[in-house]
Amino acid sequence: MRRAVLALYALLIAVPLVVIVGGSFKTTPELFASPFGPPSNPTLDNYVTVLTKQDMLRVLGNSLTVVAVSVPVTLLLGSLVAFAVARLPRWPSRILFAIFAIGLAVPAQAVMIPQYVQFDRLGLRDSLTGLILVNIVVTLPIAVFILAGFMRTLPAELYEAAELDGAGPWACYRRIAVPVSYPSLAATAIFLIVMHWNDLLYPLLFIDDPDKRTLPLALLDFQGEYLTEYPLLFTGVVVASLPMVLAYAFLQRHFVAGITAGAVKG
Amino acid sequence: MIFFKNWRLLLFAAPALALYGGFFLLPAVQGLRYATTDWDGYSPAFTDVGLSNLTDVVSDDDLFRNALTNNLKFLLVVVLGQTALALLLAVLLAARSRASTALRALFFLPTVLSSVSVAFIWKFVYDPNFGLANSLLGAAGLDRFQSAYLGDEATAILWVAVAQIWFHAGQMMVIYIAGINQIPEELYDAAKTDGAGRWQQFRHVTWPMVAPATALVIAYTSLQSFKAFDLILGLAGNPPRSSLDVLSTRIYTTFTNSQLGYAAAESVIFMVAIAAVTLLQNRAARMVHG
Repeated sequence: MRRAVLALYALLIAVPLVVIVGGSFKTTPELFASPFGPPSNPTLDNYVTVLTKQDMLRVLGNSLTVVAVSVPVTLLLGSLVAFAVARLPRWPSRILFAIFAIGLAVPAQAVMIPQYVQFDRLGLRDSLTGLILVNIVVTLPIAVFILAGFMRTLPAELYEAAELDGAGPWACYRRIAVPVSYPSLAATAIFLIVMHWNDLLYPLLFIDDPDKRTLPLALLDFQGEYLTEYPLLFTGVVVASLPMVLAYAFLQRHFVAGITAGAVKG
Repeated sequence: MIFFKNWRLLLFAAPALALYGGFFLLPAVQGLRYATTDWDGYSPAFTDVGLSNLTDVVSDDDLFRNALTNNLKFLLVVVLGQTALALLLAVLLAARSRASTALRALFFLPTVLSSVSVAFIWKFVYDPNFGLANSLLGAAGLDRFQSAYLGDEATAILWVAVAQIWFHAGQMMVIYIAGINQIPEELYDAAKTDGAGRWQQFRHVTWPMVAPATALVIAYTSLQSFKAFDLILGLAGNPPRSSLDVLSTRIYTTFTNSQLGYAAAESVIFMVAIAAVTLLQNRAARMVHG
């Protein structure tokens, strides 16, 4: 019974994924004729179409740029707040934390419209800079939550020796809190990477220029263009997902810890 | 100038507070102001309409009510289905072994995909003519169970819920596994000496002991169900037809129809709906756990 349930669910997860990857090497007629079989005549045409006609390399570059800037900045700002939350006396700490907790209860879909107006007025809308900025502010509360949750558990004695030696808060943050919090920082980083890499909402709202699209937005555009040409849609899925899936394969434990920490705290 | 010990730490929080205050909290407050206007989003002038947007959204808007109904159906199916499935998988995989580690990794895998990718996968599963679901049913001789899925007005949103469960059940499973692994082994030993079978062990040990995890899973799943924007747009196209419209897509569509003030009012009600669900859950959790 146990085995049957597990095997069934394993098939439910694996079969669609295998069909997608196999399908990206098939023509549309072949996919419809035999969706489950391996490609009889593997073709790279879909990949050529997706990578050249859709300018996917530029799109990939945009996604990488956004993630490469927004994740480290969010981590830096979030860990500074978390350190303050952990080290401040009771009331200032509570107030600071509560301010960021508001952001956890307010979903992006509820603030996106005034944000659109604001970013438009500041000329930050149709730009990667604006996208990076909005990613940072929207995910800061989650980063603060996860990191403060960890840094609060660090005992004050950890800093005592350093403080006796005359170390200020900055030295304590940089030389003690950050190195000790490494596992928590790694988990937060992975949570943020997955979130920023996969986000559709803000690119859809902010980006008009096709040259500034990120992966999820470019993928959504496929839908209109290729409608039921599934092999091309599948190829888009493979290209967009491969970096995350590869990273997951190598850093599995960190991914599970990170995404779950985000769920627990976010 | 010492207000309290370590006051300089406030400077550490200053950059984050400035950005988050300026680009998140400030627009959130401005949203309340827009909600009382008829602004289209680009004209230089607009009129103040007071609370009429809000009252219209609540009492006189079939599109919004439809989106709210769909959203609540979606939420209910996902919360029940995903929580039950996650708990079942967690119970089956809690014991450490090679096979269970591999299966956990597989079940978690969809979580790292983007919503748009998951949407495209399920678009093909549900395709009425060439899709996996109907071909499998056909091959098994179960033609009468074949369906139009997303094309079927009455059940479309439930099929999206199935895709959402496929997407995130593995993530919730991990939370449950962590909860189960914290249960002291002695409790099971005691139950066994009392002659408890596997179902009774689950009923009297596992289920009560994972209550905190259940509360967490339900709260998170509910919030996630309100945010299912990307998945719906990927499955249904933009804008989604009314059988697949939920609150977040309704707000977005209203906004793209140049009714910014009205969309802001919908956002306010959206927030209220989320707060109400959260409150109800807290009540329910307190009633269950005393």
